[in-house]
Amino acid sequence: MSVHVSTLQARISGESTASSPLSTEEYFVNMGPQHPSTHGVLRLVLRLDGETVREVVPVLGYIHRGIEKMGEHGNYRQFVHLVDRMDYLSALANNWAVTMVVEKAAKMETTERIQAIRTLVCELQRIQSHLLWWGVFGMDLGGFTPFFYGLREREQICDIFEKTIGARLTMNYIQPGGVMFDIHPEFVKDVKAFISYLKPKLVEYDALVTDNVIIQERIRGIGKLSAERAIALGATGPVLRASGVAHDLRKSEPYGVYSQLDFDVPVGKDGDCWDRYWVRMEEMRQSVRMIEQLIDNIPEGKTFMVKPAAKIKVPAGVHYSHLETARGILGVLLVSDGKEAPYRIHCRTPNFNNLWCIGEMATGGRMGDLVAMLSSIDIVVPDIDR
Amino acid sequence: MSWQVKSIAERTGDLLPGSPWTAVLYVLLTILAVTAFVTVAGLVLIYAERKIAAHFQCRVGPMRVGWHGVLQSIADAIKLLMKEDIVPRDADALLHILAPVLSFAGMLLVMIALPMSPTVQVSDMNIGVLYVTAVSGLGVLGILLGGWSSNNKWSLLGAMRAGAQIISYEVSATLALLVVVLFAGTLQLSGIVQSQETGWWIWRAHGCGIVAFAIFLIAGTAEINRTPFDLAEGESELTAGFHTEYSGLRFSFFFLSEFLNMFVLAAMASTLFFGGWMPLHIGHFAGFNGIMDLLPPGLWFTLKTTAMIFLIMWFRWTFPRLRVDQLMRLEWKILLPIGFVNLFVSAACVVTGFYFFAQ
Repeated sequence: MSVHVSTLQARISGESTASSPLSTEEYFVNMGPQHPSTHGVLRLVLRLDGETVREVVPVLGYIHRGIEKMGEHGNYRQFVHLVDRMDYLSALANNWAVTMVVEKAAKMETTERIQAIRTLVCELQRIQSHLLWWGVFGMDLGGFTPFFYGLREREQICDIFEKTIGARLTMNYIQPGGVMFDIHPEFVKDVKAFISYLKPKLVEYDALVTDNVIIQERIRGIGKLSAERAIALGATGPVLRASGVAHDLRKSEPYGVYSQLDFDVPVGKDGDCWDRYWVRMEEMRQSVRMIEQLIDNIPEGKTFMVKPAAKIKVPAGVHYSHLETARGILGVLLVSDGKEAPYRIHCRTPNFNNLWCIGEMATGGRMGDLVAMLSSIDIVVPDIDR
Repeated sequence: MSWQVKSIAERTGDLLPGSPWTAVLYVLLTILAVTAFVTVAGLVLIYAERKIAAHFQCRVGPMRVGWHGVLQSIADAIKLLMKEDIVPRDADALLHILAPVLSFAGMLLVMIALPMSPTVQVSDMNIGVLYVTAVSGLGVLGILLGGWSSNNKWSLLGAMRAGAQIISYEVSATLALLVVVLFAGTLQLSGIVQSQETGWWIWRAHGCGIVAFAIFLIAGTAEINRTPFDLAEGESELTAGFHTEYSGLRFSFFFLSEFLNMFVLAAMASTLFFGGWMPLHIGHFAGFNGIMDLLPPGLWFTLKTTAMIFLIMWFRWTFPRLRVDQLMRLEWKILLPIGFVNLFVSAACVVTGFYFFAQ
């Protein structure tokens, strides 16, 4: 297999392939690192022919903080507190990914209650993440109002988290050996109230955005990603499932209490922006289903299995574990030399791989399509750079 | 009831033989009044947009400056005035400075032709409709120059989009205007208003009026670059489109003319299709018409225009944006054919006298 490597400079000074019979020129535009719809400090170098996108080259590194390197300098429990800043919309899932690999390697026991609480908060966070995505998706397509609607509902989830966890965005709740605190006495009541509040709102969302003719025109049939290419590029999560691959770790390698839950994995057909939109909307409904099944059946038991100050001993070797965040598969690779701190940590983050699909999708599309596609991938930039 | 229609220009002309200095004073006062109107209307519209947007989005909007934030627009205006005025180094300075002026001038020139009541109209030209169509085209020149002279690729993209969009949609808007001109039989704006004494053209024209109104509203929204046709700005795509490189006072000129263009569109739509300052009349039902006449014409104009402005704002806070090719398809493949057919049907109606309360 040969890998074609070219520098950005080489690409920019390449031959023009402008197709118009008029004397036209292609030109380069830097979209980002400061741009309203790159959702952070992502830089895309675009080769444009008028409004038509000829090439997209993502340029990374604007928010690299060395989270994995920092992890080598603390113990296993401390690393949990760094990963919530990777994909900040899936902080709990990130916590859990690290916890999972540490627990698996150190063979730590957990109770049913711990697993149920973890599953519950992660599904709540999936809804929260998809709500924000929905709002931003509307905004990227030019309608401001969905953003406020999405955030209005998201606030309530943040309030629920704040009561139990103490934080609203960058939460450190799931820990090796359990969860930091037991759930708040009002947690069950709040979640039930929220679920009954959210269900009619999801119908309202369809009226405002899904059924809008302009939205349909804008996102149907654009940004197609075939199943083969999605797999080849390593796309995961809704991006992969929209392309027709029913791969969801919650089903195929159940963790937590997912094996006891009854839920469907929504799968798209064409892999276009519409399918990615639909898959996420459907995932929200599935998450609601899961929460409804779980909320009345949280088993009794301990919520923390080790002493807070206890040192975690991870046997020497390579350990890997992964789970499904709102954006796809987050895998954590841990190399241990038996000491208190990990020898090496690497995170396989979903956004990094999903981002590279944009080059595949956007070529030949319009400038306005590019924004819709980027938004339909749902990237969180700090997760790409780490 | 017969209306004493007399524009300010005519009244000034009457003064001229007897007391020329009073006429000069009159002209100066008129200029001052138009400028003041434009400024105040701009501030009110900006405040209204912020409040309406806020309530569409489950917010309350500005609340701190003055009662319910009524002074917020003034605070923003002062802030804009105090900002540094930046002309980029590589920009074409002359055109960069000229562009917002042109954009503003286009709007201001239309403003003098609008009949706001029988007596409040600066100039009542006999070619009023033609004048409005011609002069409002000046705005696109400002946008094109602004985008071009900024020497910024985003601005250029926005300006080119705006140019293509405004020129295309002008065709449909004009076709819709012509329908009313056919029915009214005059190009004079006050004449068009008076032709609706027995009823507004939106319902008197057997459906042609409704179709023409819909086309005019869509094309007009596109001409003033508002959502769903705000491609020239396209915040999520082009950062700020043609005015990316503008700041301070020059930006506020673009901003103000954009908002007042919305007023112009609403005023034109209500003048042509909803009778302008003409109260709601139904044929020759003197009793009903008499009750309607109790409200002064100026208030009728204000109410209709406000309703239209609300409708246009409603669009903005509900719809997402179209794509460039979809925008062009909508105009050339959908609106334009419908507009032509509508014009032919209207012409047939006028020739045969087949409309309500034909003379």
